[in-house]
Amino acid sequence: MTTWFSSPADAATRLREAGYLTDDATALTAYLAGALEKPLLVEGPAGVGKTELAKAVARATGAELVRLQCYEGLDEARALYEWNYKKQLLRIQASSGQGSRQDSWSETHDDIFTEEFLLTRPLLSAIRREEPTVLLVDEVDKTDIEVEGLLLEVLSDFQVTIPELGTVTATRRPFVVLTSNASRELSEAVKRRCLFLHLDYPDAERERAIVTSQVPGLDDKVAAQLVDVVVRLRELELKKAPSIAESVDWARTLIALQIGDLDEATVARTLGVVLKHASDQRRAVKELKLATA
Amino acid sequence: MSLLDTHIGFVEALRAAGLSVSLAEGLDAISALEQVSWHDRETVRAAYAATLVKRQPQRVTFDAVFDIYYPRLVGDGVAGERDGDDAEPAAGPRDTGPDLERFREALAEALASGDQQALQDLAAEAVARFGAMPGRGPGLSSWSAYTSLQRVSPSELVDRLVQGLLADGLDAERAQRTAGRRIGDFTRMVEGDARRRIAEEKGPEHVVGVTVRPTIDRLDFTAARRSDLEEMRREVYPLARRLAARLTKEQHARRRGPLDVRRTVRASIATGGVPLTTHHRPRRPHRTELVVLCDVSGSVANFAQFTLMLVFALREAFSGVRAFTFVDDVAEVSDVFRPGADVAEVMESLAASMSQAAMFGRTNYGRALTRFAEEHPDAIGPRSSLLVLGDGRSNYSDLALPVLADLAGRARHAWWLNPEHPRHWGTGDSAADTYGTIVPMVECRNLAQLGEFVHEIA
Repeated sequence: MTTWFSSPADAATRLREAGYLTDDATALTAYLAGALEKPLLVEGPAGVGKTELAKAVARATGAELVRLQCYEGLDEARALYEWNYKKQLLRIQASSGQGSRQDSWSETHDDIFTEEFLLTRPLLSAIRREEPTVLLVDEVDKTDIEVEGLLLEVLSDFQVTIPELGTVTATRRPFVVLTSNASRELSEAVKRRCLFLHLDYPDAERERAIVTSQVPGLDDKVAAQLVDVVVRLRELELKKAPSIAESVDWARTLIALQIGDLDEATVARTLGVVLKHASDQRRAVKELKLATA
Repeated sequence: MSLLDTHIGFVEALRAAGLSVSLAEGLDAISALEQVSWHDRETVRAAYAATLVKRQPQRVTFDAVFDIYYPRLVGDGVAGERDGDDAEPAAGPRDTGPDLERFREALAEALASGDQQALQDLAAEAVARFGAMPGRGPGLSSWSAYTSLQRVSPSELVDRLVQGLLADGLDAERAQRTAGRRIGDFTRMVEGDARRRIAEEKGPEHVVGVTVRPTIDRLDFTAARRSDLEEMRREVYPLARRLAARLTKEQHARRRGPLDVRRTVRASIATGGVPLTTHHRPRRPHRTELVVLCDVSGSVANFAQFTLMLVFALREAFSGVRAFTFVDDVAEVSDVFRPGADVAEVMESLAASMSQAAMFGRTNYGRALTRFAEEHPDAIGPRSSLLVLGDGRSNYSDLALPVLADLAGRARHAWWLNPEHPRHWGTGDSAADTYGTIVPMVECRNLAQLGEFVHEIA
């Protein structure tokens, strides 16, 4: 059994090499998730890098990423496994012509519930993989309560019970990351089994580092100005405060427009990249005392 | 106390503070601690947080309890020892004038540079030097953050700090804000350090019960401080979003209406008369028309604001919402809540509308209800639900019970939300019990209860 990270410091370094700048708590929790082999539940506002964390872990450890995107109406057949009934039908029809009736039936009966006819979906395939795997269950709060129940067996024992086949246990436990926007409370049972990490907006220092690493070619001075404005925007009472994703988008916009200095007029013109509500934009213009062009 | 005792005490204290920490999570915490090195306190904190805190709003409570059970240092720590090298260790009063001058000088420097570590050390020193309240015997002495802050009075340093920041090239507004934040941080550090000292003296169990505040969604509207109110305001929209998500889910779950026989039979012709697929009539979602009548007098204004904001944030769940505010007269405020309006602006215009709702400025429920019935007789119909918000404290005036009975009788449903604890209902000038006989009175003291109630009626 391999360890994912050897220490919190190791986690921080390797994640940084994979292009993800962590703070201490994130590095420590990522390390613990690997060391304790427990799933990691990441919560936080949209665009702070929850999904990116899972991808970065996969990149840093050379594991393959298996992703289960959750949505309303997701069910067992699309999350765990499904029997390929079309193929099963074919098999029955193909075997019905030959042999004595009794024999062929029992044979077919045993035959159609084998690996060959099993369609594995993300959860099952993540468990059955022999190589190191990172399983990302994205936006788990979007699913129905029933799917949570289905996750429980996978998350606590890393096994899936298929009535016709028996129990499939993980040969190698995957590194599980669940992300949630907290649009609804997850059940206690799921939370109990997970380590919890709340990702928040980073401090100015780290944000500048993230922006400059994500957008090469950005002038240091502009990066500092940009982060400064974003930090001030977050202090305002906005419907949706800008997150890291928006800062990075903004930096890319500035590069594309070849703007070398982020003055007030430029901020006012490109505000649409960071603030996505009309009322938020009006408020920002008012509070930051921007001259509207 | 052994490490295990501390751990058990810590987990117990968290449970007492309202965090649901299960036995399994406690065990997880221990196995997590085995995996990390213990030389850094923040590492231990993060390991505990990852395993025990599963809800972000509880993080504040967790941090407070953690600081008490795993203090930053014991006694005077290293700073105290360094102090001992001075000429007169502990001889005579330690908080003399020159000392205070020297201390404030050091504090001003640390504030100007924004050095967190230096500030933390100074906070510890401030409590040690200026906050000691010597008792008669062992265990009776105590520490006071209030006394130390009075003596040091960091707020007097604001001007100097602002000047310094201006010299560094910040503009006036930002300098002011930065200065305010740094001084606020320092005040919190001093308070935290006093808590640590008291906990050391009297045992952590004693302190946790007194100093740890409930999480923001369990905090009483009436007990909220200004900073709490701001935080609550930030919570309203996420709460509304969560409620909306829950409502749509529940509606989807009940979406299949009664069997549509005609369509099912028609469809069955294609399969030789066997009804393979059944067709259902779409279920018409029942939407309530809501009329909110809220007391906006000083005592309950905050409560009314939050309820209105939440109700309007969820307006899609209702077929219509009308809001009226009153003190002793009635004013309609439905227009204030335009879709997509800015929160801060809404609050301002709401505050402005309060002057319209007051004639003499003393709460008078009877008069307000009568005026409402006179001026807006069309507001309440058989399809609308009436929601009255207020503490029912009517300054011993006429209660106009028949008017309320008439309003409640005309409406489909009627509720009264009261931000006071039920044990206060009917005490003093509260007419909550009397009104409660006509309209069901519901206790609604914090955001959690408010959320539950709004979800019930939507």
